[in-house]
Amino acid sequence: MLIWNPPVETMPRNELLSLQLERLRTIMRHAYDNVPFYKKVFDENGVVPEHIKSLKDLQTVPFTTKAQMQASYPYNMFAVPMEKVVRIHSSSGTTGKPTVVGYTRNDLDNWSELIARLLTAAGVTRNDIIQISFGYGMFTGGFGLHYGAEKVGATVIPVSSGNTDRQLMIMRDFKTTGLVCTPSYAIYLAEAMQEANIKRDELHLRVGMFGAEPWTESMRVEIESRLGISATDNYGLSEVMGPGVSMECQVKKGMHISEDHFIAEIIDPETGKNLPNGTMGELVLTTLTKEAIPVIRYRTRDITCLLDEPCACGRTFVRMCKPQGRSDDMLIIRGVNVFPSQIETVLVEMEETDPHYQLVITREGALDELEIKVEVNEAFFSDEMRQMREIEEKIRQKIKNALGLSAKIKLVEPKSIERSTGKAKRVVDLRKKS
Amino acid sequence: MQVKQISIFMENRAGRLEEITGVLAQAKINIRAISLADTSDFGILRLIVNKPQQAEEILRQAGFTIRENSVIACVIEDRPGGLHKMLDLFAKSGMSIEYMYGFFERHSDKAVMIIRVADPEKAIKILLEGGIELLSGEKVYSL
Repeated sequence: MLIWNPPVETMPRNELLSLQLERLRTIMRHAYDNVPFYKKVFDENGVVPEHIKSLKDLQTVPFTTKAQMQASYPYNMFAVPMEKVVRIHSSSGTTGKPTVVGYTRNDLDNWSELIARLLTAAGVTRNDIIQISFGYGMFTGGFGLHYGAEKVGATVIPVSSGNTDRQLMIMRDFKTTGLVCTPSYAIYLAEAMQEANIKRDELHLRVGMFGAEPWTESMRVEIESRLGISATDNYGLSEVMGPGVSMECQVKKGMHISEDHFIAEIIDPETGKNLPNGTMGELVLTTLTKEAIPVIRYRTRDITCLLDEPCACGRTFVRMCKPQGRSDDMLIIRGVNVFPSQIETVLVEMEETDPHYQLVITREGALDELEIKVEVNEAFFSDEMRQMREIEEKIRQKIKNALGLSAKIKLVEPKSIERSTGKAKRVVDLRKKS
Repeated sequence: MQVKQISIFMENRAGRLEEITGVLAQAKINIRAISLADTSDFGILRLIVNKPQQAEEILRQAGFTIRENSVIACVIEDRPGGLHKMLDLFAKSGMSIEYMYGFFERHSDKAVMIIRVADPEKAIKILLEGGIELLSGEKVYSL
């Protein structure tokens, strides 16, 4: 199996932990000296960078939240003067002000290194032609993957997102071998390919690196079989770097976190207490090398767990499970925590249904109502009402078992639920308006 | 003796049925019999048409979810007890009908019942032995 940087990616754990501690103390000093926000937080909580004697001591340091990063708009989290910042990215700002992040020359080099690891782990070499169908712009996906792919020495096609017909034309004519996009867009491309009557044999595609939104194992099976490729997941967030924080290897059992650049912890999202490896909780990340914006104990809001068993690929970095949801996505319906991914899991596990669904939440008086629209497909469509009602009931029962919540199931026509080309729109919450 | 029926999944929303009939009208396909089973959310439209294969193709092309099945077309005397005679045969043999719907055949002044059962071969045998006239697919399409 290919590894981009074997000395680092297969470093013995004890050496890795010493490296992390050394870098942690340095980055905390850097944050304290150069970011007024951290100086204030550390002083108020009696945190002294040099008093950090072990990685466990990190647990006494306060968290950094998304709200705090948004409040620092635009540059108050920056730890270096603007003359050292060579790139700006930002979040879309759909949930308030955008979060602005900056990168020094070294940060960009490290980022490319992380992406090179990601691509190599997915099976990419300099012989590949990589089509980057992530949006180029303020979003970290496009440029992030772009420079990493160049670092690997692959041929990069910076097509950016959108215009599906053109994507397919380029994929076929330019002999693309590797695809970078969101997993939902990969499925959309597979559907569009079928409609445009483009045969799999006309393409040279062999690998796909999909990220920027959570996806399930069954989506992997669908993508791999429909596009005839090996599909790997990767994870990142702009607040700590962008894509490349962690990525799957060929074993495809969790994403290796580049622990020479990040420290990962799992906490109970309610109490903030650290949880042991293997337990589901919220991922907290600390950057170890980031110059422009050092981030200490950032609450990612992603629900996942850490796996520390050795991996067959030889990498010594811990792995994180596929995020089971984002606390931003988490819905509280009649007091029950619901992640849309739970519903997706139920639907993909049922052979009859496609994973195309939408949740509609309304409030009748004081009571929340959950309606789940599920697309019918020809495989399970029957002319007998009784059978259709049985399938409805089966979905309803399985959802109830998975969520502990009754939902109304509404069967809808195929392709009637909007397919977004970016992050899939799965939830319509009508309670907010009332 | 079986007749092709096309079933279409449709959401219950204004104009949806009209879209289906529009597609058929444009292709000059004639509807022989029609039945709609519905809940508050969706319906199953069942059609017997003069050109089943063509209808299936154009409806699928138009993006509809389609299923083709076989049904039985029974000729019923248009007089008291006509339907009862047929149903009695089913009841006596312990066979259940999934659903049925009827239309009136203008040339012979007789009614035709479209019947869907789990085991059509067996049903056809029972009906023929009971003296019920059945119509072939070709006959129904060309009525």
